[in-house]
Formats: sequence, structure tokens, C-alpha cells
Amino acid sequence: MTPMTSVTEAPAAAPDRTARKLTYVKAFNEGLAQAMREDENVFVAGEDVAGYGGVFRMFDNLLDEFGPRRMIDTPISEAALVGLGVGAAARGLRPVVDLMFMDFIGVCLDQIVNQAAKMKYMFGGAVSVPLTITTASGAGLGAAAQHSQSLEAWLAHVPGLKVVMPCDAYTAKGLTVSAIRDDNPVVVMLNKVLLGSTSEVPEEIYGIPLGRAHTARHGSDVTVVALGRMVGEALAAADELAGEGVEIEVIDPRTVQPLDTETLVASVRRTNRVLVVHEAVTFGGLGAEIAAHIQDEAFDHLDAPVLRIGAPFSPVPFSPVLEKAYVPDRARIAEGCRRLLERS
Amino acid sequence: MAERASTAAKESARVIRDLHARMVRIRLFETEAGKLMEAGKLPGFLHLYVGQEAVAAGVMAALRDDDQITSTHRGHGHAVAKGVGFREMYAELYGRVTGACLGRGGSMHINDVTLGMLGANGIVGAGIPIAVGAAFAARYKGEDSVAVTFFGDGATNIGSFHEAANMAAVLGLPVVFVCENNGYAEFTPQSRHMLLTDVADRAAAYGMPSVIVDGMDAVAVHRAAVDAVERARAGKGPMFIEAKTYRYYDHQGVKGLRHPYRSDEEVAEWKARDPIDLIETRAVADGTVTRAELDDVWQRTRDDIADAIAYAEASPLPDPADLLLNVYSG
Repeated sequence: MTPMTSVTEAPAAAPDRTARKLTYVKAFNEGLAQAMREDENVFVAGEDVAGYGGVFRMFDNLLDEFGPRRMIDTPISEAALVGLGVGAAARGLRPVVDLMFMDFIGVCLDQIVNQAAKMKYMFGGAVSVPLTITTASGAGLGAAAQHSQSLEAWLAHVPGLKVVMPCDAYTAKGLTVSAIRDDNPVVVMLNKVLLGSTSEVPEEIYGIPLGRAHTARHGSDVTVVALGRMVGEALAAADELAGEGVEIEVIDPRTVQPLDTETLVASVRRTNRVLVVHEAVTFGGLGAEIAAHIQDEAFDHLDAPVLRIGAPFSPVPFSPVLEKAYVPDRARIAEGCRRLLERS
Repeated sequence: MAERASTAAKESARVIRDLHARMVRIRLFETEAGKLMEAGKLPGFLHLYVGQEAVAAGVMAALRDDDQITSTHRGHGHAVAKGVGFREMYAELYGRVTGACLGRGGSMHINDVTLGMLGANGIVGAGIPIAVGAAFAARYKGEDSVAVTFFGDGATNIGSFHEAANMAAVLGLPVVFVCENNGYAEFTPQSRHMLLTDVADRAAAYGMPSVIVDGMDAVAVHRAAVDAVERARAGKGPMFIEAKTYRYYDHQGVKGLRHPYRSDEEVAEWKARDPIDLIETRAVADGTVTRAELDDVWQRTRDDIADAIAYAEASPLPDPADLLLNVYSG
């Protein structure tokens, strides 16, 4: 089945990417503020989002500009918070609700999975739920097992949800804007380690089409499909391998639901080798889904089995030495590419 | 402690007729639905509302069309009382494409957003925060509509109730919490699922006023609802109503279980205070309406139901080629 792509997201023209540099978190903040200026129906609710500006400074200065009507501090009540978003969205608003750490999603999963995701379908199309859920994911900060997970596979499994994983400041802004403009519930998985990273970000508001992958680097020898923070690691591995005369193609799906399998498969048909890398545990992760699509649609083009790199099947460990061993990195990606090239 | 509403005095003929008609519509809709299920004509589950009619009727008669409600797995009564049509409701129970959910939802997802009916809900307690969101939206848009959320005694043991009650209270939102205490969480009696006698006592934990009403007396429910809705509409925040009521049928379906979980005496005691008998007896005795007028309501409702069932049975089934319709917007 071809992935469903959103038709409302594409900017009229390709945005100017030669603009100033901004951090990931500031780019997110700017996109959110611009989306709030663009549409009076956008508001933000969550724990410490207003007065404190968000524990990651995601919502800095927004209370000053938008006031307490549109920036709402709530109790630590994620089920009621997401439910507030669902009810408000069903009544025509465009709520942005913040879950702070993605690991907290377990306490409000019903509202996401059984309410937000299914309402339109169950109601015979009578309502849309244009709800954006922002949350910080990922390991690497010594935050341990309950503050470090990447749970995109849980959410990508649920029909009705969309899930985006910005890999840099540019995508943090554009995917957030598109999530807010989208008429479906969208989970924006920001990456904690990337919050202070910088890249070029246009000043004007722009959306990045949901459900469309981006080829971050062109190459002919191996396709590396990387999610979220792993895009940067894959690009670094590609730099390293270029010195060995190996050309890596790096693809950033940007949206894991809907997943742009077309772009992935087309790349594999050219490179004949593919590695999928994500921070989440390998078992049952997006890598398995992507591998299945590739063998379905490009089996005859493969010179080696699809290689998956993810975290081991363990909770995220605390001690930095263990955490470093846990999270995939550029060295493991480069090593994986070399292994793929040794075959055939 | 919750205030206990006093026994209802005489209500206007217009209100009595309204409450009665809504209750008869629910009663007949449900008993016919039960028969259809027994006859094997309806797929899926059926959680019948019979016995609790005074609650839906009493509350809904206090609402405007733009007021929003969220309902439960036992949601037909709320939908009927809010004005959702018999045709689309039966068609949905039959799984037809003309149903309220185009045959995609069934009994537990009947909705009509044009009437402020934001859906029955298959997850206990899940509609409560959604009503808080609907109330938030009303205030955000500067409208004076309110949101009413219905839930059972059992649902007050789930976290979303407590989170939503606190959220509504702390944000000062126009929400009316209506607990239909039918004494059972599925098959577990209240005495074994909470230590409180009055669920309304829970409201105090959130700084929310509450009232306890006789849930078999539609007039008493209606008065409490009018007060709570007025209060919410005036911007004075949420309120909690506990209506003590009873479920005539089982948690699900029509036939009793092999293992009895309640006594025949208990059932008979509640049925002796049937909400429709109560309003009819009182209204005829005090001259508000005549027996003939009441009989006419029953007959007209039976005709509407026969029409709706015929409509549902004649309606086309959904096309499997359209199975993915409405998974996503856009």
C-alpha cells in the first residue's frame, strides 16, 4: 500500500535554507509561535509550559506574547491533558499539548490511542481531531530508563495517528508547523540531545510535507535509513566512509507514520544494500517494518540482507558508559555499512 | 458532604411532557434493540439503558443543542435524549452505511456532533476529559455553551475521572459531571468497589460542589441539572450531580447470567419505582396530563421505532472497498 501523504502541507515554494542558524529548540519555538500567529485556534497546554516556559525552554516567551488564554499550565494529569486536547480539537480548536518526556505517554495512552486516533473513524468521519502532541524523546543525557525512550514504534502502529521525528533545527520547525496545520492527531518527537544543535532555519513560517522522506545525502553503495538523531550519526558515518571510497545514501523518513516507503524502496533499488538505524530497541522497531517493505518490494535488488541497528533489548541504562554502549552511533553505522559491502 | 436535593414539587406541564416523551423514546428504543439482539439481528455488544431513563431525560431537557455531552458504553439513552434520530441509531446497530457512524462504530460510538453529542465511548471514564476539552473550547471561543459528561459509579475509580475533575475545577471550566450511580460496576456492587456510600463525596476532593438526586425521578434530576447548568453557564465552574438509579438489564445484553449477582427482590424494589411509571402516575394524579395524552406518546414513539427499524433493515451495508474511509482526515 502506498503511504498516505498529506496534501495540505507542501509550501508553495521551496523555503530559503540559506538563512541564519538557530538551535533545534529555538527553531521549534519559532515555528510554534508563528503557527499561533497564523491561527487563532492554536493554543498550548501542558505542565510548566506557560509560566516556566517548558523544562527544555521549548515554550520560552510564548506566555508574554500570547497570554494565559493561549498558554495554559495544567496539573500533572496527562490523561486529562490529552483528553482536553481531544475534546477541544473535536470542537474546532488546534491544541498543542506537551507531554514533556515521551516516557510519560504510558499514563495517557488511552486518550491518544483509543480517543484521538480513532474518533474520526469511529464517528463515521463526523469530526476531525487536529491535535498536536509534543514530547521530548531519546537517550544520551543520563536520564535513565523512564526519561530516555524512543517509542515511535508504539505510535506508528496505531491507525489514525501521525508521528514525526525531527532530526535537526530545520525539520524541528517545519515538521512542527505541519503537525499543527494537519487535521489529524500528530505526535512530534523532539530529541533531547539535539535541543541545542544548530542548523540553518528560514525566518518565515514553512511546513515540511508529512509522509515524505528526505534524502539527506546521495550515494550509490549503501542506503542508510535513519530516524531522528540517527540522521546526524548516519551523515557522520557517511563522511567517514567517503574517505574509504564508499558512497552512502542517507534517507531521513522524517515522518514514520505515514511512512514514505516509495522513496526508501527506490533508493534500495539503486544501492542494493540497506541499513536501518534507530535509537529504539531493535525488536519490533521501525527497522523491522522498513525491512519488511523492502523485501516485499525490492527483494530481487538486494545484494545482502537488510541490516537493522538499534538499541539492545534492555531498558535505557543510567551509567554513561552503559548508555554509550546502548545507543547506536556513527561507528556502529559505519561498521554496519562495511559488513554489508563485504557480502556479494 | 453533598447536598441532598429535596423531593420535587409540581413542575410545569411543558417540562413534564418533555421529560416523559424523552423517557418513553429511550425505553422503547432500548427494549426493541434488546429484542433485535435476541433475534440475532444485531452484531456486537449492547449495553441497555433501561431503568436509568430519568437521568438522561432530566439532564438533556436542561440543555441547548449547542451544549456538548460525552457519554459511555451505555450511551443510547443519552443519544436519544439529546435528539439523535432513531433511524441513524438503529441503522448503526445493524452495521449499515446509513448509520450514525456509517457502520464503522456501532453501539458504543454513536454520536451526532451537530447536536453536541460527542459520542458514546467504549472506554470507561474516557469521555470525562473530552468533555473538559469541549468546555475549554467553548470558553476559548467566547461561547456560553456548557459540557456535560455522563459516567457510572464504576468510572469514578478510574484515574481519568479524578484528573478531569481536578482539571475542570482548577481551570474553572463549564462542565457538569453527572454520575449515574446504578450500584454496579459491570457485575461488582458499589460496596465492593468503593468504601463510600455517596459517590458525590468525591467531588469535595476537587473543591467542586455536588448534589445527590433520586435518579428515578426525572423532575428531581432535571432541577438539579438546571441549577448546575446555569451555574456553569454563568462561569461559576464545574458541578457534580450524583443520580442514584438502577439498571434493569445486565451490564451487557438482555439475558441474565447463570451466576446471579443481584437478588430478584432488589430488582423488584427498584422496578417498583420505575421512572416512567413515577412521572405518569404523578402527572395524571395532579391533572398535568391525561392518560390519553400519555398513551399517544407511547403510540407515536412505537410508530417512529417501527419506521426506523424498517429503514435500518432496508439500508445498504457498507462496501468493504471503503474500509479505509476516514482513518485519516485529508
